Amino acid sequence: MEKSLLRYIWRHTRRQQLFILTIVAASMVPYFLAFDLPKQIINGPIQGGGFESEGATQAYMDFAVTLPWLGTIFQFDGISLDRLETLGALSGVFLLLVIINGLFKYYINTFKGRLGERLLRRIRYQLVDRILRFPPSYLKRVHAAEVSSMVKDEVEPFGGFTGDAFVQPAMLGGQAIAALFFIMVQNFWLGMIAATMVAIQVGIIPKMRHRLIELGRQRQVTARHFAGKVSEIVEGISTIHAFDTSNYERADVSHRLGHIFKIRYDLYQWKFLVKFVNNFLSQLTPFLFYSIGGYLTLRGSLDVGQLIAVINAYKDLPGPLKELIDWDQARQDVQVKYEQVLEEFEAPMLIAPAIHTLAPKSEDKAFSPLAAVNVTIEDQSGARVAEGVSVKFERGETIAIIDNMGSGGEALAEAFGRVVWPVAGKITLQETDLLELPESVSGRAISYSGADSYFFHGTLKDNLLYGLRHAPLSTTTYTGRDATHRRWEMHEARMAGNVDYDLNAEWLDRNTTSVRNGQKDDLKNSLLAALDAVQLTSDIMDLALHSTFDPEVHTDLAARIVDMRHALRSTLAAKGLSHLVVFFEPDRYNIEASVGENLLFGTMRPGVGSENSLLDSDYFYDVLRSASLLEPLFDMGTAIAENLVDIFGSLPEDHPFFQQMITLTADEIDVYEQLLLRFKERPEGVRPNRDELHAMLRLSFNYVELRYRFGLLTPELSEKIVKARDLLHDKLPAHLAGLIERYDPHRYIALASLRENILFGKLSHRIADAGEQIRAVASGVMHEKDLYASFLGVGLEFDIGAGGRRLTLVQRQKLNVARSLIRRSDFYVFNRALPGLDRRVQNEIVKNVVDFLKEQDHDPAIIWVLSNTSLARLFKRVVVFDRGSIADDGTFETLEQESGIFKTLVA
Amino acid sequence: MLLKEEVQLLRRIPYFAKVDPCRLKLLAFASSRVSYDANQELFHQGDAGDCAYVLLSGSADIIMEAPDGEVKIGDVKGDCIVGEVCLLCDGVRTATVRTTTPVEALKICKDAFSKVLIDPGVTREVTRAFAEQLHRTTSELDRTRAGQRQLVN
Repeated sequence: MEKSLLRYIWRHTRRQQLFILTIVAASMVPYFLAFDLPKQIINGPIQGGGFESEGATQAYMDFAVTLPWLGTIFQFDGISLDRLETLGALSGVFLLLVIINGLFKYYINTFKGRLGERLLRRIRYQLVDRILRFPPSYLKRVHAAEVSSMVKDEVEPFGGFTGDAFVQPAMLGGQAIAALFFIMVQNFWLGMIAATMVAIQVGIIPKMRHRLIELGRQRQVTARHFAGKVSEIVEGISTIHAFDTSNYERADVSHRLGHIFKIRYDLYQWKFLVKFVNNFLSQLTPFLFYSIGGYLTLRGSLDVGQLIAVINAYKDLPGPLKELIDWDQARQDVQVKYEQVLEEFEAPMLIAPAIHTLAPKSEDKAFSPLAAVNVTIEDQSGARVAEGVSVKFERGETIAIIDNMGSGGEALAEAFGRVVWPVAGKITLQETDLLELPESVSGRAISYSGADSYFFHGTLKDNLLYGLRHAPLSTTTYTGRDATHRRWEMHEARMAGNVDYDLNAEWLDRNTTSVRNGQKDDLKNSLLAALDAVQLTSDIMDLALHSTFDPEVHTDLAARIVDMRHALRSTLAAKGLSHLVVFFEPDRYNIEASVGENLLFGTMRPGVGSENSLLDSDYFYDVLRSASLLEPLFDMGTAIAENLVDIFGSLPEDHPFFQQMITLTADEIDVYEQLLLRFKERPEGVRPNRDELHAMLRLSFNYVELRYRFGLLTPELSEKIVKARDLLHDKLPAHLAGLIERYDPHRYIALASLRENILFGKLSHRIADAGEQIRAVASGVMHEKDLYASFLGVGLEFDIGAGGRRLTLVQRQKLNVARSLIRRSDFYVFNRALPGLDRRVQNEIVKNVVDFLKEQDHDPAIIWVLSNTSLARLFKRVVVFDRGSIADDGTFETLEQESGIFKTLVA
Repeated sequence: MLLKEEVQLLRRIPYFAKVDPCRLKLLAFASSRVSYDANQELFHQGDAGDCAYVLLSGSADIIMEAPDGEVKIGDVKGDCIVGEVCLLCDGVRTATVRTTTPVEALKICKDAFSKVLIDPGVTREVTRAFAEQLHRTTSELDRTRAGQRQLVN
């Protein structure tokens, strides 16, 4: 990239800049015509110039084209108009000019805006492109939030400047020179004075602004660091809480903000000082005119007319001059910003663009061997972690790499994954340097999974299939408006030097999945097998069962789940297990559910406040009143309160039961105690107020007879509650209707989870192993109804959050291995990929992975850097590293007998 | 059976006889009611124990697994507590308890139990009852040993 922003802009927008300059020049003609016209209108038709006699007419639009030497070549005598007509005609022309000027302005501004936005797009794209091409070691040093703040915010002003980069100085410079020239013509010496003052102004002001620019640079850097700090706080929030360092962070932030404030305040002071000097200098010139010119006039060497003409002409000079100086300020400002950004993005040894060439077609041949030739690797501090390593791996091998001392094996695996670049020697794939091979070869022939994995914000499925998205494989055909939009999109992308690959095209390469039988379901099979191998399937099933989905979108699945609901029920009945679940029935009280659930007979939108907004609504009380439930439920609440106060009243405030057993705090128990006392003292017949009602209803709402066993739910009451269901749902007001969804045995409940939808009832909590029994039966029904894959599909839609943080560490590590397993590669490199798992699970997964990959027909090599050395027995070949070089290399059996190091490691 | 009745029942159990009824109500509330069919296991010998069961109705056998098969060493019915040792110390079940009729029981978890016991007064009462029980068991054991000796001699 160019060192100077102006040059960069010129290089990419040269043609447009020249075009817009021409347009600006052309726009000057109507602009100046419009200036002259008012004078003509006033002098002519209004004041009567040229219309002195009654009925006089004037030629309108008369003109002649006269060329030097040739004389007049064309002459138009004009139309003869009287005074009123001339007024009309001239006013009409004035209006026309106003419109033309407006249109010019509109066109120029949009053109400049588009020019700027395109340049901004180009520069942002180039910066991100550079990030993609940075050598790995360089990116370890930079701060992600700082880089993103550079790409997003710091380049923003470049766009605004681009449009004015050349047009502004050309126009303003022209105006200033014209004004100066005009003064010169009036009086040479006064002109010289003006010119000198201009020279001083142009000389001094930018110098003074140097300091401003330096401050601006500091402001930019501190702001960038501040952005980095904020993101660090967000990412490290758990560490901050764990070590009670939040106040240290507060101090740090406050310190930084103080620094930024100081810089900004300095900036303001300088800015206004410069403004003051600038204004002073431009006012000084008229002072000189008045004093020196006046003196000369008094002496008689200058006539008054000339002096006034000069002073008049000077009026046009400061305007353009000031704007010109402002332009220069803006130029220096963006130039500094540009240099700043460029500095960060000028990494040595950028990956050559050719390495990243788009390759839609995967080469259908195998690459082998993968070898290290005399490789030396340094860590970030420059210490050598691997030295002079030469080793060769062929396809079909299974290799365990073990580190005795140091981390040479780990480093070598990282070099295979291109996470580090060797400082000496090279990694070769089929005799070619890995770093010179296009990534379309190296990134597909080798699948690397390290311990520190990154996941992109999106669904589990997106992340699992991420490794298959190399290039757009299909060309999507668009029609109608979409086609126009796509054409526009491509055109704009090219105009800004971006790539125009279609994001909506099919990027998923279905031919490079590990399971490949040429069938349509290769991808699905690879995915399911990979999940099974890393034992992630049951986790995903759990995610699915706890998730909700929109039945409007997945109508078919929703219908099948309702179908499964009925099938589960009849299967349970057939097996004599109906007592395990109390199903939701529209006309029956569900003894395992709370009073509130029974009344609503539906699900409330999860989240705080749903219950309160119901308990606060007038509608709810009206319903209870008309179902004559208000009083019984209030009494029930009072009885519950009495019991709870009795049980919990004497417990200390911090007793763990307050959280475990009930949803009340010790303070709330106190409140209820007070309330009960108040009720007791109250004379008969006084009605409870709304708050008291609310408090008591809240208790009775959550009451489950089978759990609380206070004996408060009579058969009559439960009957009444069931009857009130219709009443409640009949005229549910809009603000509540969105919060509650009524149960319907024949419909999918959108607000409830998949599990709740299948069960459609409550587990009998008295039966000790009801959950397990139901799970076994339900799993059978699920397979019978062929819903297994669909459920996993729902689980795969789980949003894993930024960086996959909604998954556990173990799940992330498993996912990381699984996404390699889905890909068809010649070499699979696992670099201590499962450190968070316990030994037994590690053992099972490593075995599963090796078995799974060996079952496929492409005969890959598996290279696994083991943190658990005893797993080496699962591999045919073992390479032992000691202090950064290879100590032993051989089959497991030979090493077990011969190698001392290996024996101590594995034992 | 209501909470009140459960409390009455708990009071009939020696360990809890002298505990403040308020506390017993809390313990009952913190415990859950479970039902079993005939021939189901409450717990199995060798498993880690984390709760005791108070039988409210029905009956169950206490079974020891010996190398040559199962030996019934006792039975429990209403108003009895089984598996209570694990409430006070860690350890595995020394026997299996299997229902012979449908059983209703109150499951007292160690966690809930220890939290009710936070009160020192309660602890004293319960440990004294345990100690008495231990005393009885030890003297019984001694008598059995003495009997065995005599048999051998």
